[in-house]
Amino acid sequence: MFEIVATLVLLMVTFFIGNWLEKRHYADIREREHRLREFPVVTFKTIPATWRVESSQLAQGSVVVSVDYFKRFVAGLRGILGGRIKTYEPLLDRARREALLRMIEAAKSDGCDAVINVRLETSRLASSRQGGKGTAGVEILAYGTGLRLAQ
Amino acid sequence: MVAAQQTGLILSNTETVPGRRIVEFYGVVTGNTVRAKHVGRDIMAGLKNIVGGELKGYTELLHDSREEATARMVEQARSMGANAVVNVRYATSSVAQGAAELFAYGTAVRVE
Repeated sequence: MFEIVATLVLLMVTFFIGNWLEKRHYADIREREHRLREFPVVTFKTIPATWRVESSQLAQGSVVVSVDYFKRFVAGLRGILGGRIKTYEPLLDRARREALLRMIEAAKSDGCDAVINVRLETSRLASSRQGGKGTAGVEILAYGTGLRLAQ
Repeated sequence: MVAAQQTGLILSNTETVPGRRIVEFYGVVTGNTVRAKHVGRDIMAGLKNIVGGELKGYTELLHDSREEATARMVEQARSMGANAVVNVRYATSSVAQGAAELFAYGTAVRVE
C-alpha cells in the first residue's frame, strides 16, 4: 500500500516539476533563439561568394539531458502498447536546440560571424544500474566550422 | 573554443580550411579517450533523473573527455608537421557498462 502511494505521489510531483522545468527551458530557448536569429548557421559547407573569410575554427556545444520520473513511466506504458512516445519528443527537441544554441554562443563569443557545416550527433549514456539497459541520459553534440569574416 | 585550437592549429569540419589552400596531406589522425563516470556524479545524476532536465555533471564530463580526445588528435597531427586538421568528425561508442569511448578523427593537412 505504502509503495503504491509513494509511487503516485512521486508521479504527481514529478509531473508538475517536470512540466514546469520544461516550460521554463522552452521560454529560455525561444528567447535565446530570437536574440541569435540574425547569426547565420547552416548545415552545408558552401560559403557565399561575397564573404571573405579571415580565419576559421571548430565550434561545438553539447548537453546531456534526462527525462523525469513521470515521463519515463508514461514511456514505459507506451512500450507495452506501442505507438508514439510524446513525452520523449520535447526532451530531445529541447536538447538539440540547447546544444545548437551553446555552439552558436561559443562561436559568437570567440568572434565568429557564422557557423557552417553544422552536424548533430546523439548518443545514449547507459546507466550503470539495471545492467546497462537503463538510460542515464542522452547526449547531443552540435559542431561546425565557425568563420570570422573580413568586413 | 575547443581548447586544442589555442595552440594555433586550425580545426575544421569542412573538407578545406575556409579561405586557405591545402598544400600537403598527411593522412588520417585520430584521438580517443575512454571514461567512466564517478560515483559522486552518478548519485547527483540519479537524483536529477527524477525531475528530468540537464545533467550538468555528465555534460562537463563528456565535454572534458572530448577536449582530451581532440587534444590527442591534434598532438598526432602536430608530430606529422601539419598545421590544420580538416573534416573533423566526432563519434561515441559504448565500450563497457558505465564507460564510454569518445573519439575524434580527421585529416591532417598543411595549409598556406
